[in-house]
Amino acid sequence: MYGKGILKGLGVTFKRFWDTYFDDIVWLFRKGKRYHSPEGIAHRSSKDTRGIFTIQYPEEKLPVPEEFRYTPFLVYEEGENGEKELRCTACGICSKACPPQCIWIVRASDPETGKPLKTPAEFFIDIDVCMNCGMCAEFCPFDAIRMDHDYELSVYNRANNIHNLERLAKPVSYYAEIRPINYGKEMAVKQAKEAAKASKAD
Amino acid sequence: MEKNDDKLNSPGYEIPSELQGQVAVTTLDRLYNWGRRSSVWPMMFGLACCAIEMIAAQAARYDMARFGMEVMRPSPRQSDLLLVSGTVTKKMLPIVVRLYNQMPEPKYVVAMGACASGGGPFKEGYNVVAGIDKFLPVDVYIPGCPPTPQALIHGMIKLQEKIDRQSIKKVRWYQEGADQVAIPEPILGPDLIDPRKLPQIKQVAKKG
Amino acid sequence: MTIPVSTETLDLAAKFPGIVTPDEREGYSGWIVKADELAAFAASLRDDLGYDFLSSVTGVDYLPEKKLEVVYHVYKTTGGPGLVFKVQLPRKKPEVPSLTPVYPGADFQEREAWDLLGIKFTGHPDLRRILMWEGFEGHPLRKDWKEPFYEEDIKPYSSRWPEGKHSYAEDRNPFNDNVQFPKQFDPEKWVPEGDAALYGALAEYRTTDEDGLDTDHIVVNMGPQHPSTHGVFRAVITLDGEDIVSMKPVMGYLHRNHEKIGERNTYLHNMPYTDRLDYFCSMTNNHGYALAVEKLTGIEVPERTEYIRVIMDELTRIQNHFILIGMLLNDLGAYFTPALYAFEERELILDIFEAVAGSRMMCNYFRFGGVARDVTPEILEKVSALAFDRLPRKADEFDRLLTENEILVSRCKGVGRLSSEDAIKYSMSGPSLRASGVPYDIRKADPYSIYDRFDFDVAVRYNGDTYDRYLIRLDEIRQSLRILQQAIRQIPEGPIQTGKSTYLTKTPAGESYGRIEAPKGELGYYLVSNGTGNPWRYHVRAPSFINITALESMVVGGKIADFVIVFGGIDVVLGEMDR
Repeated sequence: MYGKGILKGLGVTFKRFWDTYFDDIVWLFRKGKRYHSPEGIAHRSSKDTRGIFTIQYPEEKLPVPEEFRYTPFLVYEEGENGEKELRCTACGICSKACPPQCIWIVRASDPETGKPLKTPAEFFIDIDVCMNCGMCAEFCPFDAIRMDHDYELSVYNRANNIHNLERLAKPVSYYAEIRPINYGKEMAVKQAKEAAKASKAD
Repeated sequence: MEKNDDKLNSPGYEIPSELQGQVAVTTLDRLYNWGRRSSVWPMMFGLACCAIEMIAAQAARYDMARFGMEVMRPSPRQSDLLLVSGTVTKKMLPIVVRLYNQMPEPKYVVAMGACASGGGPFKEGYNVVAGIDKFLPVDVYIPGCPPTPQALIHGMIKLQEKIDRQSIKKVRWYQEGADQVAIPEPILGPDLIDPRKLPQIKQVAKKG
Repeated sequence: MTIPVSTETLDLAAKFPGIVTPDEREGYSGWIVKADELAAFAASLRDDLGYDFLSSVTGVDYLPEKKLEVVYHVYKTTGGPGLVFKVQLPRKKPEVPSLTPVYPGADFQEREAWDLLGIKFTGHPDLRRILMWEGFEGHPLRKDWKEPFYEEDIKPYSSRWPEGKHSYAEDRNPFNDNVQFPKQFDPEKWVPEGDAALYGALAEYRTTDEDGLDTDHIVVNMGPQHPSTHGVFRAVITLDGEDIVSMKPVMGYLHRNHEKIGERNTYLHNMPYTDRLDYFCSMTNNHGYALAVEKLTGIEVPERTEYIRVIMDELTRIQNHFILIGMLLNDLGAYFTPALYAFEERELILDIFEAVAGSRMMCNYFRFGGVARDVTPEILEKVSALAFDRLPRKADEFDRLLTENEILVSRCKGVGRLSSEDAIKYSMSGPSLRASGVPYDIRKADPYSIYDRFDFDVAVRYNGDTYDRYLIRLDEIRQSLRILQQAIRQIPEGPIQTGKSTYLTKTPAGESYGRIEAPKGELGYYLVSNGTGNPWRYHVRAPSFINITALESMVVGGKIADFVIVFGGIDVVLGEMDR
């Protein structure tokens, strides 16, 4: 019969249409909130999702996975008196590993002797060149540069898109919050190293 | 701030208590902006990788229709928004500028992603324009390579906020002579020639 | 250690005495052919030895030796390893006979070599610039040609550290922009070349008198801004009424200088750049490139990594084909429903990429001899939920939705026909080649990675029209699911990286060609190393670019309305076509 194929296709679209409202009703009676709730979002991102697929950004946000990378930031430890102790040693590996070469580092030097210090005096990342590839974070030997999860960065003026040291520095607590698993792993490695050092010293 | 829908009904003047909830009072600006912000039609125009994220943002999961932005017009004559979604090359630039010139006012430009904002990872390339803002007035820059659909929508919300702040008295398209504002189209010569820079090009090239 | 490009044990030097000599440079393989005898040699290769598929043509600028080299890779469509031959030319006035009479698939690739390297192919029917515009100054891939924002020959640039005060590249340029002009250039006296050469390449205008009415051909420009050109592609079409008389593609609107930048980059720097070639399929792009470098350096890949790579490749293929079907239907006018359904599946697959690699589209996941990070059991569970449950269901749903649809059938059947002979002739690869009845799939014909371990069929269709190109995508989705299911069951535990992944990879001098079956066709990377940390030559054999060679023969004689679906059915991505 001519038109059978079209009818068959329409059957598929009708089923999708039906699923949308059917699922809404099912959620209403049994499970609770389908929208604006973490379990609702998780269900809509699972293999069983059907019907409405929309995540209603900005009211609800699709959670990003731990490995998600956007722009880089520098991790600092909070000292006892609240001072920021950057993990960065200005070794320059990130600027060498950066494919579009958007990382610029001025190494600090001792004002008296002129010898280079293990800390950056200035640090720039050109966000308009950065390709969010994560190479800097991957090859940083001091766990000092990491990729951020914050993607809400739209601006009216791009003059501020050269992120400087002040803008880039974020506390280690923030890092632990966005990447708990990685942070845990790195801490374990660090503690093991320190333990080995201590046992050697004994 | 309060939600956008409330703004429409809170003009900043005091409404007598007996009229509250019975009449809608607003300023002309707010009504005008509310209408425009809720029907920003982007041009169906993709350049590079970012265009795919733009399509993804239009698709079911992020659904820009919720912002009145689902009507993507293939013709610049019907569009309000030029979403520069990706790397602008020198070869493509005259066409992008022409499309912008063909758009009717009011028009907006959003530079999506690092390439459109400032050249991105391809900035050093010989055929790449290091930022569309060298030619077009950009309203919102969205960093990222590529910006995720949520980042794009965040940029769109920023654009809506910008529209909200405009005043009908001051907007460019109601000023005198606004119709004649067109950006001179670049020319493809031995390299890209910006007509606005002709004297400089002549002078520098002479020096060698 | 360098693994030479696999070749058959043929003594071509004995077969063609005086014409062919073996390439005996350290790390190189193949044969060097005399330029004058090239056409006869190639014809004999094709007809007597069966190398009927010209895979890649490219040039290399050996500046220190003052030589230019044209490199050809040919294969047999019956399978097996390939053959490399080269022609060496002087840097001044390099001329070589065109291979288009023997292999018409050389057409665009030779134009590219002319455009970027300035190698003249005598006898080429239409030797114009292809990626840059006519009138552009210089041939950019020459090693002594420098771009306006030139900083140093190779990365990493010394200005970034330890005295890396940020400065804009614009400030270093005398024009304060990404431009440079020849000395004494006067923009007022200069006359643009325009598109005269392009329009000249079209079939002649013809004015005839029919029934007392003057009829004429008209020229239609489609693109670069057109909703159905899948990006910034432009087609110039001559029409007789509604029939297409002649068609010339114009590209380069997204030419992002991938290869020039790639030759300044270190080997690893190029990995995230490959993501941006075919931006739908960053995983397969990564794989091809990793393969080429691994061949060059001889790094082994651990077992688990091979499985991870296969899983990622096949997921990429599935989402690419879903999108293709959705977009093809968009071109047909089925506005949005199939495309929206396709994007739903793609989003679920991208969720996996995002969790594994950190980014939805630009995965940057593969490393030389490994992958960036391990796949956790939770992610693997998600993959298997898709591979065993959701995606097979959805492939069937697409089948029900579209395959028998009368509109789709009548719009696609018999449209854009390409015979198997023509498909091979024009170096078509990937699903479009197999839809024309040639069962050539690199995963079977010349297996790489661990594809020889899986039980799957090469999908073939025989009519070579757009309908078959649609069907074969569904077939391939199902075959990919088969591979995926086996890979998930078999994946072993173990390390994911051989040695330590470093940001500086040194390679021995030599050449390598890594090729994989990407979702769009044969994706090849040709690398020449001079023993440092940066490639001397980095060339991408992009399937989208070469598949378009056959487009003209597919659309001529058809209707203008069918052009968009023939074009959509080939499956091209502009990022890869223009690079």
